[in-house]
Amino acid sequence: MTAARIFGEPIPRREDPRLVSGAGRYTDDIDATALAVAFVRSPSAHASIVDIDVSGALDVPGLHAVYTYEDLTGRLAEPLPLLIPHPALTAPRTAYPLARDVVRHVGEPVVMVVAADRYAAEDACDRIEVTYRALPPVVGLAAAVRAEHAVHADVPDNVAAHLVQEVGDAPAAIAAALYRLRLDLTIERSASMPLEGRGVHARWDEVDRSLRVYSSTQTSTSLRFALAAKLELPVDRVEVVTPDVGGGFGVKIVHPWPEELLVPWAAIRLGRPVTWIEDRREHFVSSAHERGQAHEVEVGFDGEGRILGLSVRFQHDNGAYTPYGIIVPVITSTQLLGPYKPGAYRVEFTSLYTNTVQVTPYRGAGRPQGVFVMERTLDAIADHCGLSRVDVRERNFITPDEMPYDHHMTFQDGRPLVYDSGDYPALLAKLKKLVDWDAFPALREQARARGRRVGIGLACYVEGTGVGPYEGAHVRVETSGAVVVSTGLTTQGQGHETVFAQIAAQELGVSLEDVTVVTGDTRRFAYAVGTFASRAAVMSGNAVALAARKVRGKALRIAADALEADPGDLDISAGVVRVKGSPGAEIPLRTVAVLANPLRYAFDAEAQRATQFAVGGGTDTPPVAEDDEPGLEATDYYSPIRSTFASGMHAAVVETDPDTAEITILRYAVVHDCGTLINPRIVEGQIHGGVAQGVGGALYERIEYDEHGQLVNASFMDFLMPYASEVPHIETDHQQTPSPLNPLGIKGAGEAGVIPVAAALASAIEDAEGLTGTGVRITDMPIGPARLWELRARWADEDSGRDGR
Amino acid sequence: MTEPLHEVRLRVNGTPHQVRVPARRLLSDCLRHDLGLTGTHVGCEHGVCGACTVLLDGAPVRSCLLFAVGVDGQEVTTVEGCRAPGGGLGPVQQAFVDCHGLQCGFCTPGFVTTITAYLRANPDPDAAAARAAIGGNLCRCTGYQNIVASVLRAAEILRAGNQVRP
Repeated sequence: MTAARIFGEPIPRREDPRLVSGAGRYTDDIDATALAVAFVRSPSAHASIVDIDVSGALDVPGLHAVYTYEDLTGRLAEPLPLLIPHPALTAPRTAYPLARDVVRHVGEPVVMVVAADRYAAEDACDRIEVTYRALPPVVGLAAAVRAEHAVHADVPDNVAAHLVQEVGDAPAAIAAALYRLRLDLTIERSASMPLEGRGVHARWDEVDRSLRVYSSTQTSTSLRFALAAKLELPVDRVEVVTPDVGGGFGVKIVHPWPEELLVPWAAIRLGRPVTWIEDRREHFVSSAHERGQAHEVEVGFDGEGRILGLSVRFQHDNGAYTPYGIIVPVITSTQLLGPYKPGAYRVEFTSLYTNTVQVTPYRGAGRPQGVFVMERTLDAIADHCGLSRVDVRERNFITPDEMPYDHHMTFQDGRPLVYDSGDYPALLAKLKKLVDWDAFPALREQARARGRRVGIGLACYVEGTGVGPYEGAHVRVETSGAVVVSTGLTTQGQGHETVFAQIAAQELGVSLEDVTVVTGDTRRFAYAVGTFASRAAVMSGNAVALAARKVRGKALRIAADALEADPGDLDISAGVVRVKGSPGAEIPLRTVAVLANPLRYAFDAEAQRATQFAVGGGTDTPPVAEDDEPGLEATDYYSPIRSTFASGMHAAVVETDPDTAEITILRYAVVHDCGTLINPRIVEGQIHGGVAQGVGGALYERIEYDEHGQLVNASFMDFLMPYASEVPHIETDHQQTPSPLNPLGIKGAGEAGVIPVAAALASAIEDAEGLTGTGVRITDMPIGPARLWELRARWADEDSGRDGR
Repeated sequence: MTEPLHEVRLRVNGTPHQVRVPARRLLSDCLRHDLGLTGTHVGCEHGVCGACTVLLDGAPVRSCLLFAVGVDGQEVTTVEGCRAPGGGLGPVQQAFVDCHGLQCGFCTPGFVTTITAYLRANPDPDAAAARAAIGGNLCRCTGYQNIVASVLRAAEILRAGNQVRP
């Protein structure tokens, strides 16, 4: 019965009964009668639009409208917003909602068709003739750097951004070090790839001239402001509702998508509800990708494996446009430091345009690349010094007594990169125990003796979570005793209906069943930022706690009056305010809610108890005091001074087939510290899902463009995401180092699972292949059997070359 | 030229339906848009992800790869039909709740139908068999571990006879 049992418990999710029974409501479930949209998209990576002939489409039955760039007016005809400007982003470029004169990647929307249903809309698209004049495409980082051709005519070097951050004199420290190594490390493109693509449904109310938009978005509040701005509507005439969302993983934080503007715009023009549901090919060629980066590392270290100077230069392929700024490479450059103190550090990146889909954050957002770089470097150092990989890591760790630790850099939120808390040596000890690290060499030798190749690897990360600027929450106790919690950020499967209810129930002293939670609906809470960067639990979780504490304070004050007791002598449990130590002296919270709202009219039995004659009280004071408000409710906001830093370490045991080069994960172990746990079951689920995406990125997923800029594997048949057969059983253990920065001590957990997987698997594969001491390394991801096969052939060639010399 | 419509008779979750649809209407669209059964989700429209899996005369099929006119006269079971007879959660649905077998829930209907059919033929799987049973469905959220647990839990519920099979 005590509220303390709710917070921190592995409570089953409250959203599940409707989602498992087909009663969820996703964007495409809202209105089957709405007009449907399809787009004519560019088949070419780079071309001028010479002519658009829509005449063939006009007699398609069910056609309602065809729009091209020429139809757009006002601010809608301007380029899409640059969402996150940065001083280093000197040549930002964003697309038009429909292509104007030039297309810069396959999939860019050129013509919008509205018809009775999607079948008719696609019929019409097929009959629209667009004449293009080919322009030379820029595909891949090498072509972007060569800059023989430009993606944007006014950016001849293809450079969108260039940024250097330096702490100390890294080149001098490297030059002075006993040992030096250079590594080239590359990660290829992948994508968020939620099972539900993007989707927008809009309806215009001509009577009160208001717009309601449903979008499968990670930010309803910011989309609302963007819609008001671009469609030139008063903000209070625009509502954005996020229904159930079938996964986001980063891609749905981008807004406003062209479709998110065009669908509502068409709904207003046509006076009819309009829906666009992205199909899978559209998602591949017109949403966003991530991960593609090439890094050059120089590191100087001593004989004990301690890093003295680290210099990283990398190139980031940002695709054709930069609507989300340069968040991804900024995160790589800061978060590759992980739990380590590298002595002097210099990082320099160049962000380059290519004629490919734009790059915006995908779960992990630049961290998987950064961790891959750092962990591969540490493995190389260990190998060079003949030291154990765990010892080298331990020697470079920031220690608990050094917390808070200031890296003297600027993080992605523009704030100092200062780690708030963490205990990395203890985490490593937990990992070693969980995976039996010290027993592994014997197992490896036994396996080798039987002709099997097995190896172990590990990787560590620190993740800045819970970035600002703020989130808020509203908590109201109704006269029925129901507690309604609203927060503005959105939900894509993280279980917010459960965890925010746990927090509110805990803080208020009510049962979980009494609490309902609404997220992502601007009608209910208008001020919010969004769900990304592992921030929802930290930001809205604390905002819910703060708002609930305000409500609790008000409830105690009103109850104290009613019970003629001191508020300090009161406690709330199971929805009843009680005088401590006085059995029977109590008042239900629902009655406190009645008393909190003095009424003129008795519309029901509860209301009757709140009318002025029933309440009584003094006649010389106003029924609502000057500094008070009616209702048992409160709003509060949580705004942190800076991010809070979660951490974790993964270990993988893999087997590589000596003949086929097939890679099998035999064991996978995760230790994880996201501060105080609200619901361990949900945190573990987040870890499992993250690891699965990490396995995909490490071994299977590769967005593949040919030299013409055609995305050649734009289907689930060709872009290989892991099924159950590819994802190992994941063993987990938790450490809880509370964050000192927020009232609940929590840190984010959403992205963590994906971050170190490629690094851990590379380390394990290298070990299984017996590469220790050879100077040969796994340097690029993903690595599948075909790639490992090629590498083996190359290593064999290099070996024989050396022998022949 | 408007498309000719064809009359299709279906039993969906035990209820007879009669719809007039064009020849090219996908079964998934027919269920979702013509019959309003939006529990069946469409993730890829090329038969790979399995989110749209329904049972056709008891056997799992991809409803995005079938035309509605092609299943005239047949019995279709969707996730809505996997409930317990009294309207509560069916055994597979309950198992997903018990084991945190879902996150965003978009792929879940396809897993629920697939597992429902699987357990009819294989009432007592071990963990490896349970993992193989879900090997044709994609989930981007859970990493499958808790779905494997859900298969085993559903088998347990069914064996205990606490629920009657749909």
